Amino acid sequence: MRNSRRTAAVAIAGAAVFALVATGCQSTDNGAGTPNNDWENEEITLTLATFNNFGYTDELLDGFTKLHPNVTIEHTIAATSNDARTNYFTKLGAGSGLADVEAVEIDWFAELMQYSDKLVDLTSDNVKDRWVSWKSEAATDADGRLIAYGTDIGPEAICYRSDLFAAAGLPTDREEVAALLEGDWAHYFEVGQDFVANSDAAWFDSAGATYQGQINQVKNAYEENDGTVIATTNAEVEDIYNSTLEASKTLSAHLGQWSPDWNAGMAAGAFATMLCPGWMLGVISGNSPDVTTWDVANVFPGGGGNWGGSYLTVPAQGAHPEAATALADYLTSPESQIAAFVEAGTFPSQVAAYGTPELNDYTNEFFNNAPVGTIFTDRANAVSVAPFKAAKYFPINDAMMNALSRVDVDGTDDAASSWDKFVADVEALG
Amino acid sequence: MTTQSVADERAVRLVAFRHTINRWDVKVSPYLYISPFFILFAICGLFPLLYTGYVSLHEWSLIGGEGDFVGLENFQFVLGQPKFWDALRNTFSIFLFSSLPQVLIALVIAAVLDTNIRAKTFWRMGVLLPYIVTPVAIAIIFGVMFSDKYGVINTLLTNIGLPAIGWHSDVIPSHIAIATMVNFRWTGYQALIFLAAMQAVPRDYYEAAMIDGASRVRRFFSITIPQLRPTIIFVVVTSTIGGLQIFDEPRLYDQFGTGGADGQWRTLTMYIYNLGWIESNFGRASAVAWLLFIIIIIFAALNLIISQQISSGGSRAKK
Repeated sequence: MRNSRRTAAVAIAGAAVFALVATGCQSTDNGAGTPNNDWENEEITLTLATFNNFGYTDELLDGFTKLHPNVTIEHTIAATSNDARTNYFTKLGAGSGLADVEAVEIDWFAELMQYSDKLVDLTSDNVKDRWVSWKSEAATDADGRLIAYGTDIGPEAICYRSDLFAAAGLPTDREEVAALLEGDWAHYFEVGQDFVANSDAAWFDSAGATYQGQINQVKNAYEENDGTVIATTNAEVEDIYNSTLEASKTLSAHLGQWSPDWNAGMAAGAFATMLCPGWMLGVISGNSPDVTTWDVANVFPGGGGNWGGSYLTVPAQGAHPEAATALADYLTSPESQIAAFVEAGTFPSQVAAYGTPELNDYTNEFFNNAPVGTIFTDRANAVSVAPFKAAKYFPINDAMMNALSRVDVDGTDDAASSWDKFVADVEALG
Repeated sequence: MTTQSVADERAVRLVAFRHTINRWDVKVSPYLYISPFFILFAICGLFPLLYTGYVSLHEWSLIGGEGDFVGLENFQFVLGQPKFWDALRNTFSIFLFSSLPQVLIALVIAAVLDTNIRAKTFWRMGVLLPYIVTPVAIAIIFGVMFSDKYGVINTLLTNIGLPAIGWHSDVIPSHIAIATMVNFRWTGYQALIFLAAMQAVPRDYYEAAMIDGASRVRRFFSITIPQLRPTIIFVVVTSTIGGLQIFDEPRLYDQFGTGGADGQWRTLTMYIYNLGWIESNFGRASAVAWLLFIIIIIFAALNLIISQQISSGGSRAKK
């Protein structure tokens, strides 16, 4: 009896501890301070929260505090964008605790857009036409308020292994490769069939990445402009899904993106090409430091495409919204973003940055001194479609990535049965 | 005279008051002494538990907070999801692959450590070492070792002529790989608990048994195991609770942390996490949390009965 009572207590305590974690803390306290118009004359501390590596060096931040000696900046950096997302939404819900300037990744930006009334309207003449139009359009809410300043974008090119190309009898020079791959996705797959006929390596890394490149060129892939979910009935989505999986049978290396296998495959020469936003260069050189034959071609199937990029927001709950806006303005100026690009490879979304000598002359040694500054400027100018992303875009895209993985990586389903599971997943999002 | 009587009365009252205090002291203070646990438990355990129940009956989003009261709709929804049943299957499967071998191996290790070996402290510290390593580090290392294409384990298997195993694509292999991490970390810890209990067994029993000519194996089953009964129950119950709430290892087993493209190793706690933090639906997440709570209680009770059956033979005879 004694034992069973203890058991029950232990069981209740154990489950309760979990429940505690699951419920989290809900606080209705609203920490919004009164807007302060003369922040220039007051000693204030601004907090700035980013993730990964935004390329914001101490020198860059000092540039702001030199202009405004009354301001002290505290910069905190989360390890991943996912950590930043959890932190952001938890504290946005709680109504306090967010930094004065908070970075947001494009992946969960649409989700945040639903709560745009909890963010400061950053519209100002200072920043008019600062960004490529689709970057700032995506940050404007239904009421026409600009709620975020763009930092970087991820225009996509094609990265390739020149040694594998040579062995299969394909050109290796980056201009010739660009000419070879110029065309639509069907053409990209056709060249791939030629390649795999003469090589042991695969043509691309995974169906997931290849699908991602295509879906980012579709204006309304999963949702209508009014938010109606059309993912499971949109013929365009199903076509891309089927054609990508069909091509993957022979062309894919079947390596799930970001998996240890994928990292190792990059170094082992498991595949010859991959879709390559600017920030991917660092991933490739980091995973295959001993490979000397990675190169980047100024081309992308089906025109231009964008993958990733971030924004800076000013949550309304902060005590110094005006000072915070000034800081976000400074950090997203073309000059600051070029400095960040040189530091961390985050490609500018600011129009005035393009064509500047700092960007044009920038080459990447690892990629055989490819002029990545000019290549990605071209790729950014080629982006013509800004995919519409509402609140459900990312859960749906996640379900889609799983659907592709089941067929391409795991082999647990065929294309038809995996599609059925995708449909069920989307319906469950309700 | 009046002053005298007032003073007397006061003295009487004082004595009476002291009496009352004393009576309270005897009656109330034991409860006062143990109250910190219960107060803390009420704040950190009971309240969240009940509040989760309240949340589970509402539409509730991460940011928007409380929505409409929906009754048992959240429960109805999750019970209708194949994902819930897959998660339940995975949870039990990983639990069985981890807890059973863990308890058995820990018993054997403890029995070996209980004998007269050289450098006792060294061996005892040795079995505890994996416990010191953080689960995150273990999960990342094992995740890489169990990679499907370039992992150490599959390379070894193919080198000796066996087929490579889909550690991340097939259901049972992924459970075995995750259970391996859990066992790596917890077996030594459980062994030390068993060892402590074994050392408390009076040595006379063993001497008497030796004189009677009982073999080492016979002594283990007829003396050690029955004497360890309360400890075994404790270990089984705690590992049941831990096993059914398994989260860190499966979450860090691959790069996405959602339990595999087909939910091959998505456990109930991961399902709760996905519902709450990725889909922002706290109502449904709380419903699953409550279902898990009920399952754990049922299971802990079942386990208790079973372990009492298994190891009660010897001690019941003594009663």
